This record gives sequence, C-alpha cells and structure tokens, in this order.
Amino acid sequence: MTQLALVIDLNVCVGCHACVTSCKQWNTSGWAGPMVDENPYDANPTGTFFNRVQTYEVGSFPSTETVHFPKSCLHCEDPPCVPVCPTGASYKREDNGVVLVDYDKCIGCKYCSWACPYGVRELDEQQQVMKKCTLCIDRISDHTLPEAERKPACVIACPTNARLYGDVHDPDSEVSVAIRERGGYALMPEWGTQPANHYLPRQKTYMHLTEEDLQRSDNPLTKEDITVYQGEETMEDVTW
Amino acid sequence: MHPAFSVIFLTTLIGAGQGLFLALFTGQFYSTVELVEAQTDTFYAIGSALSLALLVGGLGASFFHLGRPERAWRAATMWRTSWLSREVIVLPAMMGIVFLYGVFHWFGWTQPFIVLGEGTLPIDATFVLGMLGMLVTLALFVSTGMIYASVKFLQEWHSPYTIANFIFLGTASGFMLAAAYSALIGNQLVGFFGTWAVIATLLGLVTRTASLMRNASLKHRSNLQTAIGIRHRGIVQKSQGFSAGSFNTREFFHHQTPDALKLIRVAFMVLVFPVPIALVLLAYLLESSTLPIVAFAIQYLGLMAERWYFFAEAEHPQNLYYQQVS
Repeated sequence: MTQLALVIDLNVCVGCHACVTSCKQWNTSGWAGPMVDENPYDANPTGTFFNRVQTYEVGSFPSTETVHFPKSCLHCEDPPCVPVCPTGASYKREDNGVVLVDYDKCIGCKYCSWACPYGVRELDEQQQVMKKCTLCIDRISDHTLPEAERKPACVIACPTNARLYGDVHDPDSEVSVAIRERGGYALMPEWGTQPANHYLPRQKTYMHLTEEDLQRSDNPLTKEDITVYQGEETMEDVTW
Repeated sequence: MHPAFSVIFLTTLIGAGQGLFLALFTGQFYSTVELVEAQTDTFYAIGSALSLALLVGGLGASFFHLGRPERAWRAATMWRTSWLSREVIVLPAMMGIVFLYGVFHWFGWTQPFIVLGEGTLPIDATFVLGMLGMLVTLALFVSTGMIYASVKFLQEWHSPYTIANFIFLGTASGFMLAAAYSALIGNQLVGFFGTWAVIATLLGLVTRTASLMRNASLKHRSNLQTAIGIRHRGIVQKSQGFSAGSFNTREFFHHQTPDALKLIRVAFMVLVFPVPIALVLLAYLLESSTLPIVAFAIQYLGLMAERWYFFAEAEHPQNLYYQQVS
C-alpha cells in the first residue's frame, strides 16, 4: 500500500514562508475554488491556509536556538478526523493514503476540526466547508505533468530542500531513508494517530580540533629537521 | 473551546424536551398503576406538544451551527462511525414518537388492547409509544453526550461524567418544566414532578461536581515538547505564523479572562442546583403556582451557563500551536 507524505527537515528550514505562499497560490487557483481571504488589506486579515510556518525559541539566552516549524495536515495513517464526519465528506484515499474533504458533501459542522489534535483543518469563511492540505492531489495525480513536477507546490517551492515528498511505506524511498537514518519523528505520538508526515530533527555538526591539527605533525621542515646549524647556509636560505 | 450559542441552545432545549417527555410518561405510568391521580388525555397531548416544540427548537438552533445547513440531510449517512450522525437519526425519531404519543392522547385512542398483571396494568398504544419513547430518549441523551465524550483529544469531555451530566441535567430540566406546567394548569402533580425534579437535580449535582473536580486536577497528555517534537523544557513560541486571527484562534479559544470563567462557574452552580431546589420546596410549602415556573426558568438559565462553561473549560491540544502572534 502507498502512503504519500511529507518529511520536513527542521535542520535546514529557514522560515521563509515560501511553502505557505506557494501552497496558497496553487490551491487558491485550482478547480476546487479559492481559499478565501477576509480583510486582506485591513487591520485584521484572515483567510484559509493549508500550511503555516511557525517559529519557536528553544532554550534561554545565550544558549538559544530558533526553530522554524512548518505545519500542515499530517495525513495520519489512523486519521481521527475521518470516522467522526457525519456525512462521509472526510475520507482517506485508499490508493495513496491522502486525507481529503469532499467540499460538495461537507456541511461545515466543524466536528472534524475538534477531532484533530494538530489544528490543521480550517473552515473556509465564504464557502463554509472544511478545508485542509490535499498534498496537492491535483498535481501529484496529474499524469499530464512531467514527472519532476508531480509534487506538492510547497515541495517544489522550498529553496533549502527542507520538504521531502514520497511514499513512506516504500522502505527505499527518499522519505523512508531520511526518516530511518536521520531520526525522523511524528508529532504528538501520544494520541496514536500515526501521522504519515514526519519531521527531521535539527542536528549540530561538531568538529574536534587538537593542537596537532593546527601544527602539522609530520611536517618534514619542522619535525624531522634535527641538524644543528652553525652559521652555514640553511634550508631557509635555499627556499626563500 | 469557543462556546457556540447554537450548540448551547441545541443541547439545553432538547435536554428539557427529552426530560419533559420522560416526566409525562412517568406520570402516565404512575397513574396507570394508580399511584398518582389520573390526568386527562389533553394534559398529555399538550405536554407532548410542548416537548415537541422544545425538540424542534433545539433542532432549529443546531442548523445555525452548520456552515451549509441546506446539506444537513447528508449527516445521517455515517451512523456506523459518527455519534453526530447517530444523533441526527435519533433526534427526528424521538420527535416522531413524541408526536404520535401526543396525537394518540389528543384523539383519545387509549383503549387498552391487553391487560397485564391480573387486571392492574392495562396496556394501550400510548403506553407502548411511551416505553419506546423512553428508550429513544435515553439513546438521544447518550448520542448527544457521546458527541463530546468520544473526542479523546478534549480530555475534559472524554469521561462518562459527560453522559451522566447530559442525562441528569436534561431530566431535571424536563421534570422541572412538568412541575411548572402542572402548576400553571393547577393539577395535583406539581409535588410529584417537583420531587423527581429535585432527585434528578441532586444526581446532576453529584455528577457535575465530580466532573468539575476531575477536570480541576486533569493532566493534559500533550505539551509543547510533544507538539513540535523537541525535548527541551524551555520552548517558547515566537510566531504562530500569522499576524491576526484564523479559524484556529476563533474556534478553539473562548477569549475570556479566567475571572469571567470562574464567575460563570459559580453562577451555574448556584442557578442550576440550590436555587431551583429551594424554590420547589418553597412552592410545596406555600402551595404556590408560580414558583415552579420560576424554578424552571432559573434552572434553564443556569443550564445555559453550565453548557457555556462546559465548552469554555475544554482545552484543545491544538491550542499549543497558537500561543503567540509574533
């Protein structure tokens, strides 16, 4: 079985919000209708977004770290939002595991948003139906697109390659290897929702330098030169 | 959570409607076995109409909760998995039974077709409808309660107390209304309904206090560490990703001060429990025909505050992600 998902590399995310804007641009222009904004140029702008980048500060000064944290639907393998839907508008696709909302069936009761611990479902203020990340289902399943473009808009837009996309059930996929080898983890594992999306932790690269790394230990000009010079021409006079 | 008035009216109105139907049929049962005075069929018919009006009012209020009310009929499809869907089926079923119960009484179709217990328990159509209605009423209480109790992420709701509270508080409200109705038309059942109303109110007091105590010492399973997956005690959100509000900040926060919350809690604990009980007792002593009506009105007001607090008290784990604007 296929389970498409994103793997977010927190190590390289710089918090530029390119994934947020590219997501909005692609999905607001699609056949499913716009992702409506209210008061976009006024004091309290609000609107529908499938993806957000949040920022956290970890630790206290001076040992602080800034973590940029993109958050969108995690396409849970056991999605708690699906069984609570009274109309069946919320469903998980059998063929690729993407969790979707049928906008034509949704009655806007908001019950699914209560049943999602991650807060990734938003009621569209104008269409009054629940919306969420579709993993750009209209891109990834569009076979008229070249294979390289059959990816979610956010993945293509990310300038630091912090968003990996693929099948997390295929053990040899890029995402599976990344999760396995780079400590990929799921959000709020305590609820047993088994999110398909994973996050790669920040990793610090340490380098240990010894005195010998700075002073080349096998330098023949220093180490092996054991001649005692007494006024005659030395090697330095020859080289310089 | 944000307390939506549509849902507050839905749950309190249908609770009173269900309770009133229970009260009517309890009265009928007691009079059938001649423990209380028999009432006219008109009493039951008008009582059923009142119960039906409350159920219809609750259903009407629920439509205001929907973004797309014109598609509400679709909500009956997923009854296998969704408690909300089950409520959508059981509520109209109950309305149908209450309607028939009222109609059979109104037209006096109450000839017993079988007499049980050596001539002491005549069974007529309204008796069968009443028994069926009691089951459906209970099913509706459970469905409504389970809508909230089944959401494991809202730990304040995820408890059997939620269902017990819906059952006892709805029953109390309905019996209170039955007492008020009896007082208004001046029949002898004021004391009977009032006693049951006090019993249900006291049971509700026990379960509601228990749930408040449980929630006061509740330990939430999620925290900022599990939310973003970083093991550090000192994590602070610096930006939630947008400058103004979103669905996440509107739907899951009550935007009230802790003092306001405390005030509402005190208000409902006073208005739902001691005041109506005192008024019913006083009405019994003074043989007053207005005090039971006041008791019902005050308790209903208190139940609205109770339901408001029920929503506001629940802390959704998604709120961990929405702590700081920038």
